[in-house]
Amino acid sequence: MIPGIGAFTWDTLWCFSQVKGTMETGTTEADIISTVEFNHTGELLATGDKGGRVVIFQREQESKNQVHRRGEYNVYSTFQSHEPEFDYLKSLEIEEKINKIRWLPQQNAAYFLLSTNDKTVKLWKVSERDKRPEGYNLKDEEGRLRDPATITTLRVPVLRPMDLMVEATPRRVFANAHTYHINSISVNSDYETYMSADDLRINLWNFEITNQSFNIVDIKPANMEELTEVITAAEFHPHHCNTFVYSSSKGTIRLCDMRASALCDRHTKFFEEPEDPSNRSFFSEIISSISDVKFSHSGRYIMTRDYLTVKVWDLNMENRPIETYQVHDYLRSKLCSLYENDCIFDKFECVWNGSDSVIMTGSYNNFFRMFDRNTKRDVTLEASRENSKPRAILKPRKVCVGGKRRKDEISVDSLDFSKKILHTAWHPSENIIAVAATNNLYIFQDKVN
Amino acid sequence: MMLSKGLKRKREEEEEGKEALAVDTWWLDPGHPAVAQAPPAVASSSLFDLSVLKLHHSLRQSEPDLRHLVLVVNTLRRIQASMAPTAALPPVPSPPTAPGIADNLLASSDAALSASMASLLEDLSHIEGLSQAPQPLVDEGPPGRPTGGAPPSLGALDLLGPATGCLLDDGLEGLFEDIDTSMYDSELWAPASEGHKSSPEDGPGKEEAPELDEAELDYLMDVLVGTQALERPPGPGR
Repeated sequence: MIPGIGAFTWDTLWCFSQVKGTMETGTTEADIISTVEFNHTGELLATGDKGGRVVIFQREQESKNQVHRRGEYNVYSTFQSHEPEFDYLKSLEIEEKINKIRWLPQQNAAYFLLSTNDKTVKLWKVSERDKRPEGYNLKDEEGRLRDPATITTLRVPVLRPMDLMVEATPRRVFANAHTYHINSISVNSDYETYMSADDLRINLWNFEITNQSFNIVDIKPANMEELTEVITAAEFHPHHCNTFVYSSSKGTIRLCDMRASALCDRHTKFFEEPEDPSNRSFFSEIISSISDVKFSHSGRYIMTRDYLTVKVWDLNMENRPIETYQVHDYLRSKLCSLYENDCIFDKFECVWNGSDSVIMTGSYNNFFRMFDRNTKRDVTLEASRENSKPRAILKPRKVCVGGKRRKDEISVDSLDFSKKILHTAWHPSENIIAVAATNNLYIFQDKVN
Repeated sequence: MMLSKGLKRKREEEEEGKEALAVDTWWLDPGHPAVAQAPPAVASSSLFDLSVLKLHHSLRQSEPDLRHLVLVVNTLRRIQASMAPTAALPPVPSPPTAPGIADNLLASSDAALSASMASLLEDLSHIEGLSQAPQPLVDEGPPGRPTGGAPPSLGALDLLGPATGCLLDDGLEGLFEDIDTSMYDSELWAPASEGHKSSPEDGPGKEEAPELDEAELDYLMDVLVGTQALERPPGPGR
């Protein structure tokens, strides 16, 4: 512990590692990062953006010569995953923005990931090619057919090394199964199936079959006039392939067991916290709407993010969360303003660290927050170019809610609500985090002592 | 002043709304009941108007964000349920009842807005009807599961109420803005005898209707329907 750093002492000191993306102030909307995800080993880090592109970074092998550059992430592959489409029947443009990326566990030399926009999920194979066959009998080196009359000897083609080439190919396209906008995809622990969820329905897919899917949840009312609730996120249990959860715009979570029935409209468990009467307002429902739900790695807990808090739930207790963390409670008195400028509808994500002991989520002004579940300490950090010197330790930030503002505090009214951290990711086993700030990707690591 | 610098979005209508609300900084006043910690018993009409504007904007999207729409509609219902009914209308019934909501909406909101939302309602019904068509191909529900046969009209549409009703009851002023007012000479209307204003732009509002006689009403209807030729009609008998 180093005393005197900010108002909080913190066992882990976070340092700036890298930033990816342009420094120009005029942001192209297509470059805005819309999803961030480490793969299961942490070797690869994928981002998706509004322009439908996927960029994959790979961690460098650590070398003895450059110990201080502890595994930097460099671009490994870039490809256009989704293109803008036009639905001619409805006269609608379908956005190419990548809503989610999910990695499949690695089973051979190639990497596989799922990426989705509002309507279509795609399975991509990312593989390396570092050898090339040479010495064909019937073709010359440029691939042109040789005149058979000139071939007088037989030779065996040999593989010769070539410059490493990483290629991404679409292996499956899962289309035409969602009337509404897809908000989540989740790979099942059986590694054979996955689910995709939109506002009203959840479908189960087999990776090998693209022309049909099974509908496992359908909350669309027979009469759309009765619609009062939508699905906001969904995820499979990390170990039990029959179990999944989905969250709603009314702040509830339902846990379903696919063994109970084919259509999981009836939940096995229903998680909801009773409303606090002292905090009731016209915006109660909006701020209770859950924007993200994540199982812990252990599978014992789920974490939910609503507008002002992060909550941890024990799967065995449905009537209230076991932990509630205030992300930016100083916004509670500003809800009218945030409703007016639509910020109250922002959808923040949340993540667990590898050991489920710390949780992280984003906020405004390019701030992001971490909560240690054991020590109950929390910290606010900032992703900004000003703090971007190599290995610079991030200084904890503090928001002043009233009264006298101290020197390094920022007042609520000075917060920049256009700088929102919606997407973050945590390395599966190490203290490395990726934070998406509009069109920039920040990578932070803990200080190596 | 806390204003979002915000990412660019299609906000033509909201820009207008912002201008209208800019002078009204009630939400920044910590003493204002709508901002205080304790839940206000009644929402201000500004909050109601803002919500109506948001609903309007949301419905105008080619493919509305369903979550945003549902949250705004639910919030609007909550606000409307808490607002005191106006003297002219019957007491507000529970929120899901469509006519109660429609009446309150009309009482509180601008007549022109009601008229434009009514036309929006027609457009939306048309689009919703189209969106139903491909669903049988897309639906993966188990056999026997009902897929809403009638074109889905969102609950929001209930809030708008029947189109014709609100146009004739409250929207006459807006209609007259489009009509060439030069054909209305002050001679047509006898201001002294009936106590009317001579400026025809105002048009006979609801409260003045009882003072028009039958011939004037007929003439009015003919103009609206477009069958009346642009010539001086016989002077109304008085």
